[in-house]
Amino acid sequence: MSILGTRVVRTEDPLFLTRGAVYTDDLTDPRLAGALHATFVRSTVAHGTVTEVDASAAREAPGVVAVYTAEDLGDLQPVPPPLPFLDAGFARPWLVPVGGRVHFVGDLVAVVLTEERYQGEDAAEMVVVDIDPLPAVVGTAAAATDETVLFPEVGTNKVAAFGEPAPEDFFADCEVVVTRAIVNQRVAAAPLETRAASAAWGEDGRVTIWCTNQGAQQAQGQIAGWLGLDPKLVHLVTPDVGGGFGAKIGADQEYAFVAWLAQQAGRPVRWAESRSENMTGMLQGRAQDQVITIGGDRDGTVKAYSLVVNQDCGAYPRIGTVLPTLTMLMAAAVYDIPKVHAQATCYATNGTSIGAYRGAGRPEATAAAERAMDLFAAEIGMDPADVRRKNFIAPFTEPFTTSSGATYDSGDYAAALDRVLEAAGYAELRAEQARRRERGDVRQLGIGVSAYVEITGADSGHGTSENAELEVHPDGTATVLTGTSPHGQGHATTWAMLASEQLGIPVEKITVLHGDTDRIPDGGGTMGSRSLQQGGAAVHQAAVELVEVARKRAAELLEANPDDLEVDLANAGLSVKGTPGTGITWAQLAADEQLIVQTTFTANAPTFPFGAHVAVVETDVESGKAVVTRLITVDDAGTIINPLLAEGQRHGGIAQGVGQALLEEILYDEDGNPQTSTFADYPFVSATELPSFELVEMATPTPMNPLGAKGIGEAGTIGSTPAVQSAVVDSVAHLGVRHIDMPATSMRVWRAVREAQKGSTN
Amino acid sequence: MIPAAFEYVRVSTVDEAVAALAEHGEDAKILAGGHSLLPIMKLRLAVPSVLIDISGVQELSYVRVDGDEVAIGAGTRHHELEKSEVAQAEVPLLPHVASRVGDPQVRHKGTLGGTVAHCDPASDLPTALLALGATVVVQGPSGRRSIPITEFFLGFFETAMEEGELIVELRVPRTGAGGWGYEKFTRRENDWPIVAAAAVHLPDGSVGVALANMGGVVLKASAVEAALAEGRSIEDAAELAAEGTSPSSDMHADAEYRSHLARLLTKRALKVASGETGASTAESTAA
Repeated sequence: MSILGTRVVRTEDPLFLTRGAVYTDDLTDPRLAGALHATFVRSTVAHGTVTEVDASAAREAPGVVAVYTAEDLGDLQPVPPPLPFLDAGFARPWLVPVGGRVHFVGDLVAVVLTEERYQGEDAAEMVVVDIDPLPAVVGTAAAATDETVLFPEVGTNKVAAFGEPAPEDFFADCEVVVTRAIVNQRVAAAPLETRAASAAWGEDGRVTIWCTNQGAQQAQGQIAGWLGLDPKLVHLVTPDVGGGFGAKIGADQEYAFVAWLAQQAGRPVRWAESRSENMTGMLQGRAQDQVITIGGDRDGTVKAYSLVVNQDCGAYPRIGTVLPTLTMLMAAAVYDIPKVHAQATCYATNGTSIGAYRGAGRPEATAAAERAMDLFAAEIGMDPADVRRKNFIAPFTEPFTTSSGATYDSGDYAAALDRVLEAAGYAELRAEQARRRERGDVRQLGIGVSAYVEITGADSGHGTSENAELEVHPDGTATVLTGTSPHGQGHATTWAMLASEQLGIPVEKITVLHGDTDRIPDGGGTMGSRSLQQGGAAVHQAAVELVEVARKRAAELLEANPDDLEVDLANAGLSVKGTPGTGITWAQLAADEQLIVQTTFTANAPTFPFGAHVAVVETDVESGKAVVTRLITVDDAGTIINPLLAEGQRHGGIAQGVGQALLEEILYDEDGNPQTSTFADYPFVSATELPSFELVEMATPTPMNPLGAKGIGEAGTIGSTPAVQSAVVDSVAHLGVRHIDMPATSMRVWRAVREAQKGSTN
Repeated sequence: MIPAAFEYVRVSTVDEAVAALAEHGEDAKILAGGHSLLPIMKLRLAVPSVLIDISGVQELSYVRVDGDEVAIGAGTRHHELEKSEVAQAEVPLLPHVASRVGDPQVRHKGTLGGTVAHCDPASDLPTALLALGATVVVQGPSGRRSIPITEFFLGFFETAMEEGELIVELRVPRTGAGGWGYEKFTRRENDWPIVAAAAVHLPDGSVGVALANMGGVVLKASAVEAALAEGRSIEDAAELAAEGTSPSSDMHADAEYRSHLARLLTKRALKVASGETGASTAESTAA
């Protein structure tokens, strides 16, 4: 019986759930013995000119070994913007010098090295930093005016622009046109493990850097580049990593700084940030202001759709700058709309830099399209599910190219919607809603429907390839080396299952290693829901190839025809077909000669998982509080290798999406001061706000890899956010409400109802 | 997120605590459960030079009937109050409100005296104590004195306690089976209330009503109480809930919305207290 498709319990969890896992700040590696602790002094002003940095008192403080200000950086050059088309003026200094500008609360001004960590916080407080404030640019609307320009040498806050305006007659043939400005708000990734790095230089002139990251190889290259080092001199290790959600893609400047400081001090250096530091220093997500316009006829046919995006990139533009291009690519979503227009402009603002965040550009496309469909449905008085069904791309098994230019592999969006509506009991939900509306209940029912398609396994800087090395050892165990970078996903379990399936070696005898650039010099890391379809496929391919190597070797040893040999599960080796137990074991095959395969799997193209969600909320119309009572989802990710892990990805994704829809938002005041930099103020979703999820199965294998697997890491987030937002709006639609921005807080719901009752349609 | 340096003194009796407070002066802070104090110390919003830890003072942990009142030791943990059979029988509002504070970890560490002394305007239990018309018993170098709770909360994190005093006991009337209601409005179950309203029928026939997070301190809804005393309806009285309050505007709610919630939650708490409706579950149960 195949192990694939079975609910193998995660082998990594006993460690993660106890004290056994080793995160960067837990390392007791002897190379870090006697390490100094780095504490960064950060700007408490969002925008301003530094007029004084006085570290003299701090230098005399107990335990202080050194304090570095911008004057002490030698020939360290500012870090250039990470994308080649960006103006070099957006470079980020290591430390902002006197006369230079700070660009967000959290910008680096000085760094203290101390013997003990607590001494660092005391000493950092003693570094005197004076900043002459400038007007803060908060949000894209303020940035677009260029009244205050963040980087005078660039001359504008506009970082990049993609696409052209829509033609004037774009909606000329439509009976109905609805347009609306909506917000896909700025959110925090907030992984359990905040950022941390350690560095130690060896006598061989190489540095080992441990850090919490989603891709050791990419981080290695970046850090080497910033420090002007040959990448071969940088040994980068990502130990156990406690979540990332996209915000740990690519190295952060602090990581490289730790390595530089260790070199300067001649001693190893450690750094681990606090939660408050994380909430301003770590990459954040989303942050799009959108204008959606949808046009069509009263029979429900959508003829034209336009999505205009203003992307907030934060202070120093990073990967967030290009995410709107994914939003544009996916603008047409699951719909066969004859004309789709998409355009994006990206701005620098005095906020934390924006990066990839679970879905990274695609959720923003889905949220916009689904809002547009709802607004159109409301305008023509049609059920939102019916409008969707009328405009879906018809089921297809050959690649289909949308009006926004994406080529999907396969899909049956109507089938996904039908399944989820049936599981939800959609007709009865609508009937119950009607009864409550009729009675004028305080507790009203809202039903939200979303349909989505997303792109996974896209080229995120490593092509569509991933590597795997598989070795069987003389003791009969095996080791997998992977270029993927698990940070909670469960690759140790799944990759072992994939190898076990081919070799018959039990999962518990297969060790999976990742995140060490000396052992695995090349790899694409884990992001964009790529890991299983590329990294997992590479492990599968390695196992298939290893069996072939073993078959030839066994044929010689057994003096048999290779074609007559097969994997013998009972004997953990190879045997002549039909005579199990008579052959040679893996241990014997590896006894005299290394039994190892290195391989690269390259996918033909990305895959496009799809699905449909139904959210049900109960809204207290007197207080405005909406409570999610049901979430029913279809998430078609192709062939499922381990249902337990796939469901876990769906659960986490759905929950995170609900958080954005109802609760989460990074806020700044008008001076650019963060208002949500602790977990007392920033409300990520918790179990008490969530119902048990109702997961509906649907699996359409993809031809793009031999596993038939598509990505599942981000799908839940993409589907649940618009479904929940839509449900909240729907719960008060009978009171005249058409739209409520995310997060749909109780105050926003209450106010929307009140405004609608006053007569101004919301 | 590391507090500034401080000295730590652990005491095992109230007398020792009072002596330690006298010795270390105004820079000393009492540490009980620590779930309010330690976070602000980690953020360095509070920098006490000495912490006097009273968590081991056994004599401060009790719930007992004393005449017409229930006397509760200041060191009583929220969890102990929640589970106290005496409290459940004699003043059921309090154990219910204790069950709504934070999460289990907070309830197992936090103390009644601590939450009163901390004087946070968004605190659950001080709101209930205010509605009940509790008495705060404090002890200092010159012995014990009693302060009516209506005179205890002076301003934002400011109480009527003198230097060198600590809270030793809270006294509340025995309301018995008299009606009560507590409506707590949060974003998430474990959060501080955006607004909360407590209403309780008191032995003297009056109704006590108090509000959390409608100003710099927890507040009596005096206009509501007066209207009820005049015999006006719950609906009419609750409309006055925001009178005399000064709610803040922050990212969770603006003043206008808080005022609306004060009226709505007061109405609901009063209706529950009068047995007209069951407790509002939208806020009190998980979805």
